[in-house]
Amino acid sequence: MRETTVLDAAKNAASGREAGASQGTSRLRRRGGQQFATRRGGAKRRTQHPWWFALPALAVFAAFFLVPNLLNFFYPFTNWSAFHSSISFTGLSNFRTIAHDGSLQLALRTTLEYAVGVAIFQNGFGLMLALLLEKDTRFNRFFRAVFFLPVLLSALAVGYVFQALLNQDGAVNALLSDLTGTHVDIAWLGSTTWTLVLLTIIHGWKWMGLAMLVYLAGLKSIPGDVTEAAALDGASAWRAFWSIRFPMLAPALTFNVTTALIGSMNTFDIVQATTKGGPADSTQVFNIYMFRIFGEGLYAQASAMSLVLFAVVVIIAIPVILGMRRRERVLL
Amino acid sequence: MSYRTLRPALVVAMALVFIGVPLWLVLVTSAKPQGEAIKPNLALPQHWQPATNYRATFDQGQMVRGFVNSVLVVVPSVVLVLLLGAGAAWVFARRSGRLVSAAYALSISGLLLPPAVITIVMELRQLGLANTRPGMIAVYTGMYLSTAIFFMTGFIRTLPFELEEAARIDGAGSWKVFTRIVLPLLRPVIATATIMVMLFAWSDVFYAFFVLGGGPDATLPLNLYQVASAALYLNNWHLIFAYVALMSLPMVAVFVIAQRRIIAGITSGAVK
Repeated sequence: MRETTVLDAAKNAASGREAGASQGTSRLRRRGGQQFATRRGGAKRRTQHPWWFALPALAVFAAFFLVPNLLNFFYPFTNWSAFHSSISFTGLSNFRTIAHDGSLQLALRTTLEYAVGVAIFQNGFGLMLALLLEKDTRFNRFFRAVFFLPVLLSALAVGYVFQALLNQDGAVNALLSDLTGTHVDIAWLGSTTWTLVLLTIIHGWKWMGLAMLVYLAGLKSIPGDVTEAAALDGASAWRAFWSIRFPMLAPALTFNVTTALIGSMNTFDIVQATTKGGPADSTQVFNIYMFRIFGEGLYAQASAMSLVLFAVVVIIAIPVILGMRRRERVLL
Repeated sequence: MSYRTLRPALVVAMALVFIGVPLWLVLVTSAKPQGEAIKPNLALPQHWQPATNYRATFDQGQMVRGFVNSVLVVVPSVVLVLLLGAGAAWVFARRSGRLVSAAYALSISGLLLPPAVITIVMELRQLGLANTRPGMIAVYTGMYLSTAIFFMTGFIRTLPFELEEAARIDGAGSWKVFTRIVLPLLRPVIATATIMVMLFAWSDVFYAFFVLGGGPDATLPLNLYQVASAALYLNNWHLIFAYVALMSLPMVAVFVIAQRRIIAGITSGAVK
């Protein structure tokens, strides 16, 4: 029975996107001596895989993903809100508003810091767990499932759990008070500098199980003789890992950084359930702002922020991901 | 002590602290009366009242309605994503040409691009789908199609074309080849795609806020948000955590039943 993996799919896309759909035929060609059959197969494949099989998917995707994204290039330049019955063109005034009151710069900075933090912690935790639980024993399989548990919880629920833990009246302070014998009341969620970092740790905690599985798949795909050779050459375990095994984990790293970046650009639940964007707006990421301002009826302004998020993903996140893909191909 | 003896102890300790403590907090708090739960801690309840709290999630928290609403939105979304995605992936994997590449690139753009949630609301209002289940299903389907198409296209490319050809020789048409040959072969990747879509859709609250709002069709996470926001200063931890425990059960159950499939779908490589 064939099983597919996230990594296989990622690799296929890495090599396949540029080569396009010609990959299917090139695979046949590689087998050698079948060029003639392939050329004949091209016409056959067209009639045998009619376009209309793809049409429903394309229609739904276009109507409910692409069209809203296109509309998002129009409504930010209008006065669409709960307070006007008609919609008229207002130019850049919405962007001017969010730039002047500082919410644009704030959301941008907070979201980018959040993304970097999540990329670090989600990958750090995931890699550490994968290395700890690498061997395929019953013990390890059980604990892999245990550490996967947070992935199954809703992010909103995770947020509430950590609020109960980290509140000033919460469980962590109570535990620390018991352990130290003094009254501890650290405002974990009240720091304008460190609360954001804490939220990225929570986000990393929630998704570390998925990152772990992806790293485990990566570790499994490294041939055993490579590590053996390193050991024979006298490399320490530490050295062997960083010089040999870690570089070979590049596809897993790319996949995990991608999910971390995209997940944190679209984060909402954890922040809303723990801080609601506070203290003093220091954790106000894009989606928190949009949610709040939409609730106030300023639809076009929310839409303007949504367009900024789109631009950030296109200008920053996607080049990072494509850059990692390219680097990966150089390494492997 | 060597790493070999230290490692299991380290693993158990980490599991206890990082998974055990939060889990324990949820379970003990969900059995406490409100007064004890106001300052959440890890102590056992002095007065046990799990039955009262869990019953309250059904009465005040509309657990059953939320569950039914979630199922009625998530299941059709998953089925649509898988069926439509498989059809598209089949065409993208087997045909070649510039148009196919362009259509493929466009349909997987949703992997990276953020959904334009504000204008989705605008569009749904104009279509008369705002605050409706079909609207929510359409939005989820649009959002997760990219993921499904991406995984399935990669997978179909690894399937031998000869299987389809053999069916053709036996006289099967395109529809038959798709439903009888391609779909059954897609089973492993369907398992992966299902769990991926369910992970996001079952726990989504952000998009549900915009599309469904807090109306009669509210899903479980929306209900949880209402339970948590009902009281000022979040002082009903006992109910919140009873809700969290119950609401997480379906996903945990799916995982326990299909654990092998899920983990294999994400990790195991190559051919078994």
